[in-house]
Amino acid sequence: MQFEVVIGLEVHAQLNTKTKIFCSCPTSFGHEPNTNVCSVCLGLPGALPVLNKETVKKSIAFGTAINAKVNKKSIFNRKNYFYPDLPKGYQISQFEIPIVEGGEIYIDFEDGSKKRIGVTRAHLEEDAGKNIHHGSVSYVDLNRAGTPLLEIVSEPDMRSSEEAVLYLKKLHAILRYLDISDANMQEGSFRCDANVSIRPKGETKLYTRAEIKNLNSFKFIQKAIDYEVERQSNAWEDGVYERDVVQETRLYDTEKNETRSMRGKEDSAEYRYFPDPDLLPVVIPDDMMSECTKIPELPDQKRDRFVSEHGIKEYDANVITSSVEMARFYEAMISAGAGAKMSVTWLTVELQGRLVNGTNIVTSPVDAIKLASLVKRIEDGTISGKAGKDVLDYLMQNSIDVDEAIEKLGLKQVSDDGAICAIIDEVIGAHGNKVVEYNAGKVQLFGFFVGQVMKQSKGSANPNKVNDLLKQKLDS
Amino acid sequence: MITLKEALKLPKEEISNLRADLKRVIQEKKNIGAYVEQLTCKPISEYGEGIPVAIKDNIQVTGWEVTSGSNILQGYIAPYNATVIDNILKNGLAPFGRTNMDEFAMGSSTESSFYGKTLNPHNLKCVPGGSSGGSAAAVAGGMAIAALGSDTGGSIRQPAAFCGCVGMKPTYGKVSRYGLGAYSSSLDQIGPITQNVEDAAILYDIIAGHECRDSTSANIVHVKVGESLNPDRKMTIAVIENYLEDASLEVKAKMIDAIKVLEKEGHKIIYRNFINSKYDIATYYVIATAEASANLSRYDGVRYGNRAPSDNLKEMFRKSRSDGFGEEVKRRILLGTFVLSSGYYDAYYIKAQKARHFIKAQYEEIFKEAELIFMPVTPTTAFEFGSKSDPLEMYLSDIYTISLNLAGLPGISVPIGKDSKGLPIGGQLISKAYAEQDLFDGAMSLERALR
Ligand SMILES: [Zn+2]
Repeated sequence: MQFEVVIGLEVHAQLNTKTKIFCSCPTSFGHEPNTNVCSVCLGLPGALPVLNKETVKKSIAFGTAINAKVNKKSIFNRKNYFYPDLPKGYQISQFEIPIVEGGEIYIDFEDGSKKRIGVTRAHLEEDAGKNIHHGSVSYVDLNRAGTPLLEIVSEPDMRSSEEAVLYLKKLHAILRYLDISDANMQEGSFRCDANVSIRPKGETKLYTRAEIKNLNSFKFIQKAIDYEVERQSNAWEDGVYERDVVQETRLYDTEKNETRSMRGKEDSAEYRYFPDPDLLPVVIPDDMMSECTKIPELPDQKRDRFVSEHGIKEYDANVITSSVEMARFYEAMISAGAGAKMSVTWLTVELQGRLVNGTNIVTSPVDAIKLASLVKRIEDGTISGKAGKDVLDYLMQNSIDVDEAIEKLGLKQVSDDGAICAIIDEVIGAHGNKVVEYNAGKVQLFGFFVGQVMKQSKGSANPNKVNDLLKQKLDS
Repeated sequence: MITLKEALKLPKEEISNLRADLKRVIQEKKNIGAYVEQLTCKPISEYGEGIPVAIKDNIQVTGWEVTSGSNILQGYIAPYNATVIDNILKNGLAPFGRTNMDEFAMGSSTESSFYGKTLNPHNLKCVPGGSSGGSAAAVAGGMAIAALGSDTGGSIRQPAAFCGCVGMKPTYGKVSRYGLGAYSSSLDQIGPITQNVEDAAILYDIIAGHECRDSTSANIVHVKVGESLNPDRKMTIAVIENYLEDASLEVKAKMIDAIKVLEKEGHKIIYRNFINSKYDIATYYVIATAEASANLSRYDGVRYGNRAPSDNLKEMFRKSRSDGFGEEVKRRILLGTFVLSSGYYDAYYIKAQKARHFIKAQYEEIFKEAELIFMPVTPTTAFEFGSKSDPLEMYLSDIYTISLNLAGLPGISVPIGKDSKGLPIGGQLISKAYAEQDLFDGAMSLERALR
């Protein structure tokens, strides 16, 4: 049977505010356990939450970016459950009326086609702490408790693990472009749960979905979804779909590459949501709304602008705008005077190819200004493109400026007319009979002369100059 | 006992004498059990050196064991001051002694306290009321100049009435709840229990005002009421006629006397009716228990308080909470959990919210014609210990006080006489939200006329 895959994604993005969502503790990462805590985020008797307005501002920016409705009035609810890392015994979250509703994100395929993925809602909530297990003893670290989260829930619009990854990458880029989240998967500031189900092709109803948790890299997300789709399809083919595919939470095991049912998780959760009486409804003042809807240029807009203004290919523009760091790098190169097409190649092929062992565009030893200088030296003929690669290799290892590196490596092209003419004269003198043939109409011999000149100059002659001067000499 | 107004004029050395005297009296009257320290035979809790004010055991004072009268919080030392504590300290007052209370303020007799009974100073066989029974008994028994209590459904006004003192619940949002161990967040307010109306106004002025750590705190400038108290103002006062009919004969008789006195003072009396108070009770017990079921989830044995020995997580939660909470608290957590459960939420919680709006509108209607409303505080005088074995019967002692909390309005309980057994009777005045000046002016007029 032919199946269609149905995927919906829930992303928890930590908002990069300085302080927590309901108290003034810092949100910083990697401190001694239980040092960034206070009476509020510890849930001490009598402590009360006060909303950090920055979280509202960042949510408005996000809602604007995905073309969603930002609710002028939203409500915080209590989501009740017991767990040691949840200090109050309830999580403050949004339920009936989230701050952001009904948005969309477009994903781009390699062939240039696009697809719209609906975003059902995005709501604010507080993060829980962390449980740390040492043998038979468990500890609780509440530094993370109360960190602001934006939970972004997609429509079940994705039909393959590739689409899911494209959606996540685009969402990730949007968060980074807006600078509202570090969105670092390793540090847990961008966490994803995937709801996966299958259905016979052609049907429109939704079948039982499994929720997969513990997905902390794009690679694993793709693998986990693929595994889960296969598991469900096999169950169907084997006639055990009803038995094996149930609505449940499954954990992805990265080592065994499989999803496993999370045993022990209480039946169907009963969270008893109700409006938090400690917090008034969030009412966004008009001035905040108009201030926060002014957002920076987003990946899609940047891509379109690069195509129309810089004349680069849409595919290249997509690559360049896929991350805000790359886009900024490219824009800095352009501002420094490098040409667009050369910048694309030297950034996406040459520099990217040389970023290994954990270095990335941000930590690269060659920054945008340096790479732009290198590109300009190629464009003005100082060095050849081939020599440029050697210069870049050298720059990756040595902290030195571009011109010094060219000097040091002796790669400067000979563009001096006199020097080139001297070589040309020598070549013409040595191949008198070929000159006669050329003058008699065997024009294809021109390449032979160029080759000889380049050979004599050991490759340092500027080929354009050689062409021009050789033509003058032979045709005069 | 010296009044708060007088105490505020005392030089420093006399305040320390006063504190020493109080300690002696508290020791002598240990049998009343107004203070937790009287029940646990410990020295009175102190913080600072100002004019002593007794503090209900659910208001946080730095370094004190603050337990909300519960077993589950035994040994918990509060690491910060409630806003009201900071406020009294700034004004030359100081927290002095933890007053006994119904566990987590759930009760009307202080009988549900983990520490045991508080006796009514007017009759030791009778309850002092609750949940702020310790605060009221301390003031009535000459063991405190003034006290702070908390009022969720009458927990200040009802014990004040039972003990013959003045108890006032401010408009919701007038006094910061920061540092008050929560029972029902949308209903709780801290307020004064004092020997007279003027002291109540003084203490109210000290604790009231906007504060940013409580998101429900009203963002309005506090205009002091104590400095402009005027018992000579003539107001229109609405008497809730059908509520009079529901009260015991002796309470009704004293209320009628008080109405005559108010009329003689030049106030205009009008008569109005409220819907049956059974709707208030139903609404209150849905909303208060729903909120409480979540508010009390933090007492899980993980971070502080009592943790029961157990082999696994689930057992730790279950045993810590089963052992830590008393019967009434468990009953209300169960009730609250039930009304919030899926399938029941709309029928109970949502319906109760609608009823709450209706109750509020009912008050607003009457306030179109009157500045104040006058009604009994309780249907009877203080009852004997153990006389109300059925929880529902106990809930009925709050029929006149809870609608105020549901409507967020301020109210004050003023002594208006005693019954044939010598037990105090209270009359309750209610004003519009934020109209505490009207409330205190009217209360002072009533108090003066009855003196
Ligand atoms: Zn904190």
